[in-house]
Amino acid sequence: MISTTHHNTDKKKDAEGLQLSEDLLAALAKFQTIELEDFQLDAKELEIIFEAGAAGQIMPKLKLPPAVTGGKPLNMIQTTFLPPIETYPNKITEVKLGATKSEGGTRGRSLIIGGEVSPAFYTFERPMPHKPVITLDVFDMEVPLSKAVKMHVKDVVGDPAAWAKLAVEKFDADMVTMHLISVDPLLKDATPKDACKTIEKVLQAVDVPLVIGGCGDPVKDTAVFEEVCAQFPGERFLISSVTRDMDVEKCAKFIKKAGHAILSFTPMDLNLARELNRRLYDYVAREDIVMDLTTAALGYGLDYAFTNMERARMGGLMGDSELAHPMSSGTTNAWAAREAWLKMGAEWEPRELRGPLWEVTTAITLLLAGVDLFMMMHPAAVKTLKDVTNFLTSGKKADLSKYANWVSIKA
Amino acid sequence: MSEKKKAGLKELSPIDVYKLLPKTNCKECGQDNCMAFATKIVNREVEIDSCKPLFKPENAKNYAKLQDLLKPAVKEIVVGVGEKAKKIGGKLVMYRHEFTYKNPTAIAIDVTDEMSESEIVSRVQKTDNFSFEYIGNTLKLDMVAVRCTSEDADKFKAAVKKVSETTKLPMILCTLNPAIAEAGLMAAPKARPLLYAATTSNWKDMAELALMYNCPVVASAPNDLNALVSLAKTLMAYGVTDIVLDPGTFPAEGLPDTINNFTMLRRAATKGGEELAGLPLLGVPMVAWADKGDTADDLIKWREAYIASMLVVRYADVLILHGNDGWSLLPTTVLRQNIYTDPRKPVAVAPGLKVYGTPDENSPVLFTSNFALTFYTVASDIESNKLNAYLIVVDTEGSAIDSGVAGRKLTAERVADAIKASGVEGKVKHKRIISPGKASRISGEIEELSGWKVQVGPRDSSEIPKYLIEKWQP
Repeated sequence: MISTTHHNTDKKKDAEGLQLSEDLLAALAKFQTIELEDFQLDAKELEIIFEAGAAGQIMPKLKLPPAVTGGKPLNMIQTTFLPPIETYPNKITEVKLGATKSEGGTRGRSLIIGGEVSPAFYTFERPMPHKPVITLDVFDMEVPLSKAVKMHVKDVVGDPAAWAKLAVEKFDADMVTMHLISVDPLLKDATPKDACKTIEKVLQAVDVPLVIGGCGDPVKDTAVFEEVCAQFPGERFLISSVTRDMDVEKCAKFIKKAGHAILSFTPMDLNLARELNRRLYDYVAREDIVMDLTTAALGYGLDYAFTNMERARMGGLMGDSELAHPMSSGTTNAWAAREAWLKMGAEWEPRELRGPLWEVTTAITLLLAGVDLFMMMHPAAVKTLKDVTNFLTSGKKADLSKYANWVSIKA
Repeated sequence: MSEKKKAGLKELSPIDVYKLLPKTNCKECGQDNCMAFATKIVNREVEIDSCKPLFKPENAKNYAKLQDLLKPAVKEIVVGVGEKAKKIGGKLVMYRHEFTYKNPTAIAIDVTDEMSESEIVSRVQKTDNFSFEYIGNTLKLDMVAVRCTSEDADKFKAAVKKVSETTKLPMILCTLNPAIAEAGLMAAPKARPLLYAATTSNWKDMAELALMYNCPVVASAPNDLNALVSLAKTLMAYGVTDIVLDPGTFPAEGLPDTINNFTMLRRAATKGGEELAGLPLLGVPMVAWADKGDTADDLIKWREAYIASMLVVRYADVLILHGNDGWSLLPTTVLRQNIYTDPRKPVAVAPGLKVYGTPDENSPVLFTSNFALTFYTVASDIESNKLNAYLIVVDTEGSAIDSGVAGRKLTAERVADAIKASGVEGKVKHKRIISPGKASRISGEIEELSGWKVQVGPRDSSEIPKYLIEKWQP
């Protein structure tokens, strides 16, 4: 029979350690500032359709049932389903993040993203070459956080090294994103040297690869990134990000010199993404570029983000090299949706579950569009996305004995 | 390629359709002429049946040809009867960027025949009453799945009867036992429920029931696509036309098989024109409950919800869920709404003056674009901070701020016109307007054309509250 157990009493026996405690709260003001960049989708763009199969593949086909010549069949008519497997002319570029000692850095290991030769999780065609990677947000100063998130990090806010350690050791982050918010001229206006001190501490605290995030001011970020590149050559950071309104040539040159990778960020427009990548090709190798096509929250433009990314990935596989880069998603933007944090009517509570599920849903949707690197926030969302990517790449088969008879589940 | 070539969107031109129309230019369909109608048909903006002359006997042949020409890659099937009957399938394409997906995934919530009558009624009513207002749309649930867990025909019959008395929502009758299924059908003989399911062992009896009660039937072959298409082929040969495919849904390590099966079937249908794969797909996220054990209910609902969302993205046309909490259903229903919007249209809201809180003659006046996502973000930032303000929404044809300025959709002329048309001049005693930071380039021009002083505001609307405290003085 239906269990009527209330969620509060269930928490203690939560088998997977999802600590979803009740005083989780909301209003991620910070993520409302990182939130939606303006974007739009031009109707005409949609006429550029990248279609699997356009490469001249012939689909295997089934035989159609014979015309019924009176009389119903007495036995099953056996036929076969031929898996519609295709090949694609292009491969998504592989990008390495982080560098070990032997690779010229200090990280415990490096990670590779990209390299796909099929659309996301078309494992009936061929396996995914690399698992998508999750990097957790760490901020270098106190920022307004949703309570749902804050309860997990409250002890480490203001201490980026401790925060990074928590992200890696407790929340199982593959990478850490060091957001250098304090350099913002409108906030603390910290100097590039201050930023480097923070990075040094984080490098000491954890040995995972790092994403280095700026404050969003194109001039200040350029100065900060330049100093970071001078101070930490060889670590193979992902510099987040280079945008069209920055001095692209200058940034590309100092990032290349230090051996880091570039996150090429554009506002939800594939033509702008191509254009920025073309500008970067003059100074860096394709293997140095990850692209961020802008993530909008579930309910607030996720459809645009999804379609943009799915098109970019199909385009990349079908031969559009300017889009054949691994994709990163600022999935934390999910918290910009008010439904992720707002106290709503009783029938929609608890928001402590609704919020992280909002982030999970945003992440999983984009996972299926082809995202390789997720910048995330809530530990429960991180854990779920990790579980799902592990499942999807496990190569295991479905357990029929357990699930085929769902009709009789006594739930 | 397949000889049964379906209506691939690109190869179908309005001329192909026009040639088969009566060419009377009678305007009965509401279009100016037959060519205009043909164009709308190709764009799937109108249905072919709105051409009345097509029903004349002399046009019967062309009508049949048109129906064949326009046949979607995935068959459209109706479940239920009456105003709440639900169309499922009818998909034209595989990828969302190719064309708008038709018929949003129908979501069913289950009841079992071992629940008490009052529990059945309360669950069904909760399903029926689920409603969430989201950007001008009402999100709803669509069906009730009645599961037989008792293996008792009388109990199942009673449960189906109770459900059909409680709601007009279509039902899915779930039992693999044909005798029990028949008992259920007898309780609602004209309700046209979806019958779950015909399998490789019970198909003949289920096919008979589907024919007798004129209801669609699910062909189920867990993780065996050969058996699944064989079953579909057999049912078709038996005379059953409305078939839904259940390739099996498996949580955890079964997710790759689940996603692969759905993806292969949809690709075979849309790209390969395969008729046996070109049927609506059923997903069952509630399989997550098979893992219940000691696991917290909320965690199962959480898993069920993300499996449902994966299947909304990966081609499910119907989903059966057990968890019916608002927090777990909301993300999936919002995602479904997102995925099923027209990918070609920039979402725009109506331009004009919006009033927040209780502004007075000294309150700030701001402007923004009518791109829905920009507007809702700005509106949310104003509302959630309980500000008293006027917001003028300028018609930028759905362009965002920076692209609107760059693309000449957000111009000083349009802003000046919008200020004038808003009538805000009569509501405040100042003449100062706050511009989005990203529109600073046109602020001088706006001042010249409107006579209003422009204050350049923040680049991101989340900073509006802080900006107003620091920079706004009436």
